[in-house]
Amino acid sequence: MSAGVELDHVTVRFGDFTAVDSATLDIRGGEFFSFLGPSGCGKTTILRTVSGFLNPSEGAVRIGGKDMAGIGPNKRPTALIFQNLALFPLMSVAENITYGLRVQGIDKATRQKKADELLALIALKGQGNKLVSELSGGQKQRVAIARALCVQPKVLLLDEPLSALDLKLRQHMRNELRTIQRMVGITFIYITHDQGEALTMSDRIAVMSDGVIQQVGDGKAVYDEPATAFVASFVGENNPFAGTVVQADPSFALVETQFGRLLGRNPHGLEQGARAILFVRPESFQLAAGAAETTLSSTVKSVAFEGNMTHVFLEGAGKKDITVTVGRHAATRIPEQGETAAISYDPALGLALPEGKLARE
Amino acid sequence: MPVSSRLVALIVPFVVIAIFWLMARREAQRSQDPTRKSYFERNGTTLGIVFILLVAFWTLFLVVLPYLYMVVESFHPTLPPPKRGGPEDVLTLAQYKSLVVLPTGGTNVTHMGAFVFSIVASIAVTALNFAICYPLAYYMAQAGSAQKVRLVMLGLIVPYWVNEILRAFSLRLLLASKGLINQALMAIGLTDAPIDFLGNNVGLYVGLSYAYLLIMIFPLYNAIESLDKNQIEAARDLGAPWWRIHWDVVIPYAKPGIASGCTMVFMLCAGSLAAPLFLGGPRTLWFTSVIYNFFFQAFNWPRGAAYSFILLIACIALVMLMLRLFKVSLGETIK
Repeated sequence: MSAGVELDHVTVRFGDFTAVDSATLDIRGGEFFSFLGPSGCGKTTILRTVSGFLNPSEGAVRIGGKDMAGIGPNKRPTALIFQNLALFPLMSVAENITYGLRVQGIDKATRQKKADELLALIALKGQGNKLVSELSGGQKQRVAIARALCVQPKVLLLDEPLSALDLKLRQHMRNELRTIQRMVGITFIYITHDQGEALTMSDRIAVMSDGVIQQVGDGKAVYDEPATAFVASFVGENNPFAGTVVQADPSFALVETQFGRLLGRNPHGLEQGARAILFVRPESFQLAAGAAETTLSSTVKSVAFEGNMTHVFLEGAGKKDITVTVGRHAATRIPEQGETAAISYDPALGLALPEGKLARE
Repeated sequence: MPVSSRLVALIVPFVVIAIFWLMARREAQRSQDPTRKSYFERNGTTLGIVFILLVAFWTLFLVVLPYLYMVVESFHPTLPPPKRGGPEDVLTLAQYKSLVVLPTGGTNVTHMGAFVFSIVASIAVTALNFAICYPLAYYMAQAGSAQKVRLVMLGLIVPYWVNEILRAFSLRLLLASKGLINQALMAIGLTDAPIDFLGNNVGLYVGLSYAYLLIMIFPLYNAIESLDKNQIEAARDLGAPWWRIHWDVVIPYAKPGIASGCTMVFMLCAGSLAAPLFLGGPRTLWFTSVIYNFFFQAFNWPRGAAYSFILLIACIALVMLMLRLFKVSLGETIK
């Protein structure tokens, strides 16, 4: 049983500071939905508002169509998985998992049965009597999930639960979370600053910055069709070239940058004279000259071999750094450090967006 | 052998020094780490000896000797000074027996009554103190904003700048039959005649609880303060009402702090002298008053010492029993 979550112009203020500014979106029942953004962007505040630990200063949160105003976190059909998991250290694994049932006054035999069931689901069969401190990081993770699922929530809220794990385990847990979500079929709302996690697991993603939802869409849309300069620079790697539009039509724009005139798609319909940033992803470049308005000349600063791909860091006009990523299969010769290289891209892969705040500036 | 028992007090210092010396010598051998230097290698011989002597002095003169003297004293009969050390000065359990059976025959109802009352009242004060301090400590540690917590802290500490006797007497003034509280109660018509707060020992309980408020509150505060707020929120998120969160999450976590606070308050209460004397009712006899009288009124040190040890051992036994019952180890309470 799942329920949709509706945010209706939700604004949360702490004193003068606006943590979330008029967030409006509709999370569908049974969806794996992620909030993606850098720390301090307001994503955790949204999660706490949905779970009931915070009240919105304005607007409404509706779960399954029901307004949640005045309903405390212990009465909402949500369960939260904390960043540090917050397992109860003095209780056994089984006691942890079934705590929500114990609070409801459900008898011990039923609780035991439920615990066994969930322990089997998280592959910890027969380990219910262990103490939490005896488990490994990944096992604790799964216990936290089981504890939240035990109260049969309609919405599961996850606050960066994988951030404490090492890389291999994190990747493994991504798949596992997705599998569990499909199995139980409830709505998952996932908070993360890791775009890899958001892209691989989510049905849809909301990218946030400074309390404002920048874009809502599936992974492909957010990556290929970023709505703002922030999204373009935050999700995945990107090379921004700031400048002024010198020539524009509804499909393409020519932007005058410090590298000369560069061509890219123009989804926002930028007009001539507008300030714009032209984005080209590292993997969209090729290490060869092309048409004049898609070719840049630069010097190779360093080369980083990463196994499945090679990053070439170049320095262009005005000490501007450009990253080019070349896949293994490409038969291109990788230039040496200090060499001058011409690089170019397919104009369909260049993207002109209105000037705006970039991530990691 | 009447003299030798007091001689023990002279031998013990050398035993204590020898024990410290041996501990210092053996320390390096017992260590798992082979590169660890021995005590004397680390500190040098001279400094090492000075340290041992200093610690031995502290242990002896501040901890062991005073008690040792009292222990020895408590096993002697009550004798006038000229007869001490004489043939009548034999080791005896008479002083201990006298709590139950009077030397003149008959049951010692007065002293046993005072003993039982002191213990029971101390337990009651400890419980009352815990009931007052737990919500306050929880507020300070988890719920309150930093600024308000500072104010509460100040409000708690400042009254302790006033000395104990002044505090007890002002409380007496408040609770007296013509005191402020009775006047106020009569003015709003809650009662026609003044309530005898002091005679009913209300003053005693209030005074003792107040006197040891800080001693309860700080261990509780320390324990609750280190609890991860997410634990509380997790329990709440899983549907627990507020009282269950305290029962299942906060109190089990704070158990060592609770045990530590309760132990100290109980011990201090049972051994307190001023507050029961000033605030107790006319029919109330606190056991420490009995002991005090033996030492300073009757000059009967052996019996006073024996009573003191009965009180001490009873208190320790009770605390141990409670720690066992609540499954707290002694080590945890002093963390």
